[in-house]
Amino acid sequence: MEKNLKNYFKLFKSTFFLSAFTFGGGYVIIPLMKKKFVDELGWLEEEEMLNIAAMAQSSPGAMAVNASILVGWRLMGISGAPVAILGTVLPPLIILSVISLFYAAFRDNGIVSAVLKGMMAGVCAVIFDVVITMGGKVIKAKKLLPILIMAGAFLIYFVLRVNIIYIILFSGTLGALVSLHDKKTGKDHI
Amino acid sequence: MPLIQSQVVDIHGWLTLTEFTDLITISEMTPGPIAINSATFVGTQIAGLGGALVSTFGCILPSCIIVSLLAWLYGKYKELVVIKGVLAGLRPTVVALIFSAGLSILVLSFWGQRGFTWDILSIDFIAVALFAAGLFLLRKFKPNPIFIMLGSGVIGGVCYLLF
Repeated sequence: MEKNLKNYFKLFKSTFFLSAFTFGGGYVIIPLMKKKFVDELGWLEEEEMLNIAAMAQSSPGAMAVNASILVGWRLMGISGAPVAILGTVLPPLIILSVISLFYAAFRDNGIVSAVLKGMMAGVCAVIFDVVITMGGKVIKAKKLLPILIMAGAFLIYFVLRVNIIYIILFSGTLGALVSLHDKKTGKDHI
Repeated sequence: MPLIQSQVVDIHGWLTLTEFTDLITISEMTPGPIAINSATFVGTQIAGLGGALVSTFGCILPSCIIVSLLAWLYGKYKELVVIKGVLAGLRPTVVALIFSAGLSILVLSFWGQRGFTWDILSIDFIAVALFAAGLFLLRKFKPNPIFIMLGSGVIGGVCYLLF
């Protein structure tokens, strides 16, 4: 991608607005990033976006920060990462610096609570929309192993509450082993 | 959150437990990852704007180092079968984890702080309606999700204030 000033600014503006709307947990930035960088701008393929999400999740630190470093790096190399980081970090920095001045009033404000409560349902819809799309693709690919991994990971994490690190380590290793085996046998299990 | 609490309240005593609880509430109300929000808030309370900058910088530095390394490695070795395999195994897992997060937020939205119960009548029907409408609009018209979030915030806000 051309490393001109216009694209740097676009990257900054995109990450800035995405971060400004990452309400309700770091995960929501993934659907927002997909809509922006994959669907709207066409700068990334959907599979790359999922790879970025996977790496962002597997690394220590806030997922949204990790994801923006990876996106910035992937799009514009070593100079893209600081631009994306800045775009991601500035909105909370600005908003919270302002709010912390009168946080008690903000916290107790009825209108703010009502709007945020409404927003939570919207955030759910956004997350479910992307999960339906991405999960649907896994199912439509008709490969049994990824479908099992997806279902298994959900059950183990949501129901059994196993630590996320073990799940990531296990599925990453499983993927590596199966891929190597596939390469030898010429099959396509994963 | 337990990590932040042990550093900020227990070890350094920068915030009281009440202030820390306020911080959590605010951080969940404002956009941005909770780690960044906490860092900014604590930093502001202790040392104003300079404090906010310093603690935010400290918060993102490990990510910057580790993830940049990961990004460089990915760029260099992404064609390797092993790397492709690891990512192929992680992709469906990530979908499952995002779904888990969504489901948790859904339970919080529909049932509130007390969590899931079989008592259907205790469900927040405004939340259900907003969710259903939002999901329908997203599937059918594929609008910018930010509009859906803002829309449900405004419409929901009005509904909650009226009822």
